[in-house]
Amino acid sequence: MTHRVEGLMEKESSISKMADEFLQMFKKGEEFTKDLIKENERLRFRIAQLEEAIEKAGDEERTRLYEDRIRMLEEELNSLLERSREVEEENKDFASKYVEVETENNNLANLYVASYQLHSTLDFNEVLRIVIEIIINLIGAEKFTVFLMDDKTNELIPVASEGLSLDDMPKVKTGKGIIGKVAKEGESYFLENRAQTPTVHLDVSNPIVCIPLKIKEHVIGVISIYSLFVQKTAFTNIDYELFNLLAGHAATAIFSSRLYTHSERKLTTIQSFLDLLKEKPRR
Amino acid sequence: MPNILIVEDSPTMRQLIGFAVKRISGSKIIEATDGVDALKKLSSEKIDIILADINMPIMDGLKLVSLVRGNPSYKNIPIIMITTEGAEEDKKKALAIGANAYLTKPIQTQELMKLVNSFIS
Repeated sequence: MTHRVEGLMEKESSISKMADEFLQMFKKGEEFTKDLIKENERLRFRIAQLEEAIEKAGDEERTRLYEDRIRMLEEELNSLLERSREVEEENKDFASKYVEVETENNNLANLYVASYQLHSTLDFNEVLRIVIEIIINLIGAEKFTVFLMDDKTNELIPVASEGLSLDDMPKVKTGKGIIGKVAKEGESYFLENRAQTPTVHLDVSNPIVCIPLKIKEHVIGVISIYSLFVQKTAFTNIDYELFNLLAGHAATAIFSSRLYTHSERKLTTIQSFLDLLKEKPRR
Repeated sequence: MPNILIVEDSPTMRQLIGFAVKRISGSKIIEATDGVDALKKLSSEKIDIILADINMPIMDGLKLVSLVRGNPSYKNIPIIMITTEGAEEDKKKALAIGANAYLTKPIQTQELMKLVNSFIS
């Protein structure tokens, strides 16, 4: 029995020792687990920190990229705006040049037509009619007279008139009044202040425009304008060009047509005379 | 290809107007010296627009407008009057009898071209 008790006591002590050992081991396991959990938490925190840092670092990078892209786009936009402004300026420039060219083209067409018509005939009356047409339709004059110089009397004789009776137009002595002075000096006259233009009582010695008809420096006549159409408020550049053209081309056309008409008349007279002489011997 | 009838007794003006409107792509210019001549041209050619003066011998522009408007075959043809008559009452009269537009001489070519283009386009 004593042996049995001793054996039991030994067994108990061994079990108690094993329990202690197990308890020790469990405690160590608990501590290790606690350490692991702690480490895990630390690592999780670190990962979160790193993730946040990475994310933060990514945003900055993206922001930097976006900022660069915005800067580039802004530069591109500014360059395009600048180009657009330049193109707009060029466009305006072209538009104004187009208008200028069109105006010039139309003016040249007017001058060409006037010149073409003036030299289209050798008939004196036809030339006078064309001069009148040009003054009415291209210049816009309402009342005017064409005077031609009589070299024998040194007087300007009215030969054609529009808006005025030719019978009411007096002959003008060279050097006398505005018309006579223009004929003598060969320089065009333009009334400075159009407000002075007489509207009710027209003074035929007081024109608003007076142009000498010249062949080189020789004055063969004068165009004297007294009034313009209501719609014609002022002279334009083309009017002055037309005045210059009339001064030269109308003069040549009038002079040559007058010469031709005279020579035609003389030729007819001489021909009739010759015919008469030829007929005489037969009698 | 518009056929443009120019009715004008002045050869200078016929040439000048012709110069301006023949720049309209493919246009054909037909000329008449007065209203009677214009009616003859209207009966022999297909006309798309008439540019007519008022003061003309034989038959003036106003008479021409009233005859064109009274004829069912021509009544829809646009008519532009080109005249020296710049008074407002002359313009009103021409528009009242059927003219579509009224231009005064000396003509501004660009204005004329713009007007003709607006009717034929």
